[in-house]
Amino acid sequence: MTKSNKLFTILIPIISVLLGLIAGAIIMLISGYNPILGYTALWNGAFGDAFTMGETVRRITPLLLTGLAVAFAFRTGLFNIGAEGQVIVGWLAAVWVGLAIDAPMIIHLPLAILASLAAGALWGFIPGLLKAKLGVHEVIVTIMMNYIALYSVNEIIRNVLTEQETTTDAISPSASLASEWLQGLTYFSRMHYGILIALFAAVTMWFIIQRTTIGYELKAVGFNQHASKYAGMNVSKNIILSMVISGAFAGLAGAMEGLGTYGTISIMSGFTNLGFDGIAVALLGANNAFGVILAAILFGVLKEGAGQMPTGAGVPTELVDIIIALIIFFVASSYIIRWILLRFKKEGK
Amino acid sequence: MIDILQSLIPTVLFFSAPLIFTALGGVFSERSGVVNIGLEGLMVMGAFVGIVFNLTFADVFGSWTPWISILVASVIGAIFSIIHAVASVSFNANQVVSGVAINMLALGIGVYLTKQWYDKGQTDMVTEPFFRTDIPLLSEIPLIGPMFFQGIYTTSYVAILFAFIAWYVLYKTPFGLRLRAVGEHPMAADTNGINVYKMRYIAVILSGALGGLGGSVFALTIVSNFSHSTIVGQGFMALAAVIFGKWHPLGAMGAALFFGFAQSLSVIGGNIPLLESVPQVFLLIAPYVLTILALAGFIGRADAPRANGEPYIKGSR
Repeated sequence: MTKSNKLFTILIPIISVLLGLIAGAIIMLISGYNPILGYTALWNGAFGDAFTMGETVRRITPLLLTGLAVAFAFRTGLFNIGAEGQVIVGWLAAVWVGLAIDAPMIIHLPLAILASLAAGALWGFIPGLLKAKLGVHEVIVTIMMNYIALYSVNEIIRNVLTEQETTTDAISPSASLASEWLQGLTYFSRMHYGILIALFAAVTMWFIIQRTTIGYELKAVGFNQHASKYAGMNVSKNIILSMVISGAFAGLAGAMEGLGTYGTISIMSGFTNLGFDGIAVALLGANNAFGVILAAILFGVLKEGAGQMPTGAGVPTELVDIIIALIIFFVASSYIIRWILLRFKKEGK
Repeated sequence: MIDILQSLIPTVLFFSAPLIFTALGGVFSERSGVVNIGLEGLMVMGAFVGIVFNLTFADVFGSWTPWISILVASVIGAIFSIIHAVASVSFNANQVVSGVAINMLALGIGVYLTKQWYDKGQTDMVTEPFFRTDIPLLSEIPLIGPMFFQGIYTTSYVAILFAFIAWYVLYKTPFGLRLRAVGEHPMAADTNGINVYKMRYIAVILSGALGGLGGSVFALTIVSNFSHSTIVGQGFMALAAVIFGKWHPLGAMGAALFFGFAQSLSVIGGNIPLLESVPQVFLLIAPYVLTILALAGFIGRADAPRANGEPYIKGSR
């Protein structure tokens, strides 16, 4: 039984992705485009030359971190829809420190990154606290926190960091993650050192969850709160801790955008969608650090490649959003895929 | 003071109407035990269909176009919500995840088709949106007339009427009792011969119809075209109204009116002496902060239906 369960956790994401891509091809056919041309354009948009590959890596970096954020909370049985808001406050905090402080790189850069971690953690702490102490459902609180983040950050950009401008100045080079070496390698893409931080974060998550007592308790609370309490664990503490760490991961994703890709923060008319895509990444990656890396690569490639589809094949970029949404549906409905697979197995015998 | 009320109240009703429709949809769905984060997506779908239908058939139906547009948007919204129903009721999918997927899918489809049909990221402005009207006779009443019945969108009153109908259906009919029972204790309801799956399907489809209605009313009164930024957060605000209104149709209506009030203050607040000095951002985040406070029990405890969010699997305890 455990063996077939393991098989299913690998098979279901793969089948879901294939079904999603097939559905994308069918949609292209129905709307009069050539799916082969469409997917070729997508491939070239993601891997065509050194520049696009650099941009793909840049795209993957924050997705990987928001994926980890959502996955980490999931492990404690919590649903962090608030990664979106945590990204925004992390982005602001990183850029703020990048602008306000004058220090050598060895102090400045870590300080900016720490600021983003702290801001994201704070934005996760509030829903965690409300859940742990008052039993308020974290999904609703995190959604509300997203909007509070969006409007407050816009206000701060407009009135505190600038004087009624829409974009801040660029951060000082001593806080920047940008790398001339990586840019040179990839023909001046915006690829930056953040990918190393993101991969390190994935290893950190794996280590916390699999190799420490803290991780053991977090998982135990996720499986059964009552049993954990009976075993002497502090359930409230673990819920809050899980949301704080999750928020910190998402805040770090904001730092990737603020310190790496853009070096500034602009007024946002809507969400970055990094947080919502993180839900998709976590789900497809089965909430496992290694799975999240693979899922982030896939979605990063799809999203970056989509940019080439309008010019390459005339297909609107939104096709990729439809494909990603369908993949989530298929993974979420794994119950039915599992059922069909079991059916086939029985008939095969 | 009277001047302020006369300019404020029509604006409040104007901003609230789409929220009321959508929040009522949320009430139906959540009362049956299906969490509906997808309200945002349902509104996007409604806005898209409403605008496209209006643009295409404006010549055919003339001044009736907006009414027929919202009707069609409502039907398409209902059909679209079946995806959420299938995933969360039949396939036991995580309802929050399914809702998130609905949001992404609706926006993806809407913008994809807009680009394919109109060759650009946004549609043209509609020629037949809803217009402000004076309600005959009632608008002649001194004092109250100009406040409530002059320069009003008829849809605002339809929304309020719908809230009372929803209250009647949920609390005064056998159907409503069954729907609530399924959301509180599906196993007990099942034992009493109520078809849990059927009730949940109906509830989700109703939420799709009302969400589509809300989205199309928003598009045809407030923005008049469709793009990726037509609906940004109104669906989540409607969800907040559901919770702030404690999962009750009239409560949700009250909450939606209150959120509409907060929104209109952020628009016309500059003209009101007391509020001139309040930074706009506080008015913008007020609905969300208040919802969190309401949930935390500072403004009367808001308790969700007992079985909200749990898939019903026959025979399991």
